[in-house]
Amino acid sequence: MTGTGGAVDSHPLAVEIRGGSKIFNPGRHNEVKAVADIDLDIGQGDFVTLIGPSGCGKSTLLRLIAALIDTTEGTVLVNGKTADAARLDRDYSMVFQRAGLFDWRNVSRNIELPLELMGWKAADRRRRSAEMLELVKLGEFARHHPAELSGGMQQRVAIARAMSFHPKLLLMDEPFGALDEMTREHMQNELLRIWNETQITVVFVTHSIPEAVFLSTKVVVMSPRPGRIAAVVDNDLGERNEATRDDPAFFANVTTVRNALRGGERP
Amino acid sequence: MNSESGPVVEAIIDSGDGAPASPIDDPIVFEQLIRQRAAREQRRTRMMRTGRQVVVLALFACLLGLLYSLYKVVGSAIDDSQSGWPIIGSILPGSDDLKMPPVLDIVTGIFEEPRGTNEAFWSIVGKEAAFTLREAAVGFAIGVIVGLGIAIVLTTSGRLERALVPHVIASQTIPLIAIAPIIVIWGRKSFDFLPFEWQDWMSVSIIATYLTFFPVTINGLRGLQSPRPENLELMDSYAARWGQTLWRLRLPASLPYLFAAFKIAATASVVGAIVGEISAGVKGGLGRRVLLEAQRYTTGPERLYIAVLGAAVLGIFVFAAISSIEYALVGRKGRETVT
Repeated sequence: MTGTGGAVDSHPLAVEIRGGSKIFNPGRHNEVKAVADIDLDIGQGDFVTLIGPSGCGKSTLLRLIAALIDTTEGTVLVNGKTADAARLDRDYSMVFQRAGLFDWRNVSRNIELPLELMGWKAADRRRRSAEMLELVKLGEFARHHPAELSGGMQQRVAIARAMSFHPKLLLMDEPFGALDEMTREHMQNELLRIWNETQITVVFVTHSIPEAVFLSTKVVVMSPRPGRIAAVVDNDLGERNEATRDDPAFFANVTTVRNALRGGERP
Repeated sequence: MNSESGPVVEAIIDSGDGAPASPIDDPIVFEQLIRQRAAREQRRTRMMRTGRQVVVLALFACLLGLLYSLYKVVGSAIDDSQSGWPIIGSILPGSDDLKMPPVLDIVTGIFEEPRGTNEAFWSIVGKEAAFTLREAAVGFAIGVIVGLGIAIVLTTSGRLERALVPHVIASQTIPLIAIAPIIVIWGRKSFDFLPFEWQDWMSVSIIATYLTFFPVTINGLRGLQSPRPENLELMDSYAARWGQTLWRLRLPASLPYLFAAFKIAATASVVGAIVGEISAGVKGGLGRRVLLEAQRYTTGPERLYIAVLGAAVLGIFVFAAISSIEYALVGRKGRETVT
């Protein structure tokens, strides 16, 4: 399978946030200070998870990186460019909790959507979507419609769609949050396989501690109201596989992250 | 029916689980065969569907005729004994042959040639229905374009939507009968700048447009706003332009809403055309026919009933036409949802 070549000839840092904060509805009665004073560096090829309790601003932080919302203060750079320039250059791709496939398009045409928007020729789109379906192991479902697929399969199609134009950065907002435990672990293995094959940078939002520790090279622990970074846990578990889930080092890091989360909750 | 490769497919597929026949080894041939079979099945279910609909419609017409005749029997019995039933006798509409022509008269009237013509009445009404259909169809087409255009413009800004939607609603409170003559006069007097000569039926189309655009705007607005926030965020994350989001997300998502509106609008356009003809005095269509037969009712009551039936058939026809377009565009085509 082809790699993205994301690390070649690009900025050493995939994401660089300095003093980032976001206030929703500033100056009004429903003002919400979502995140504050965020300093964060994410290197090329890293797999970083953002973890924290509900309402701690994980999703807000992810949307700041995606330039779907603007910062109130501070700067967000993606591949050395402003986040919005990176969005316009299609440097990243996003996966949401809901697969959000277009149900009037079949699987293959769903994967082709970003390529269509970028003006690719039909034959090139076909070829790439077939490649992507192989990557997520759904080759025989190209002509099926989303409603005919299970939740896990739909999410795999969403990942294939996100990867279709070989973005350098993958932003994932609780992508496996709506899946059952078995499917979830299977999807985690699949995602790690894809990450290994493509060397893409991943920023992954979750509120599951084992998921964060199993997947990432770095766990960013956040505390709520306003969302701040409470701790950054380096999580070097080496090559991951099913055995990693029973590894003492895995449990040790789960404990470390859990303690960091508890520390963050104390006033 | 068609025998092109049909039985062959069946044979190959049926023997498929044993030692596969040679063409099946080629995945392209196999997929072609599967697709042919699917298309054939689709055609068959389609024909069965239409057949069933025709039978249901015929049965319904018979039932209606039966109820009508039954009421006539009961009604004339009441008429005869009116002295004994003073209240009911005066409340229930009379059912003598002038007020309610017998079903048989209506049926034979369809095939009779009215005095002074040498053309069967169904043919006359049919031509007039076609005239009204043209007015309605042109009005519907303009109404869809205008209605959808307004909906798309309103989608661009919430402030614009709040400012303009009340005016769109207010536009429908103006009685159609009042504006119809005005539009005809405008058409005759002030549309000289157009490259073609303005004709009265075009004014009727504009009246039909007036009824058509409203449901399209209201439902279209809801449909265009129906995509979930994460789908819109997805398009933003791909740096999609406004037009791309409209064409690839908002419009396809609004199709179910739009077709619901099209069905209302299509029947409304027929009503608008008939009312428009009557109040604007335009000759050649069903509206004129209804007016004429009402005036000479005593000499042939069944002809008014036939004219009204013609209008009803026209309404059903446009509804069915929109429904089949909807089925072709957004039909589920027998897919099953996996749960």
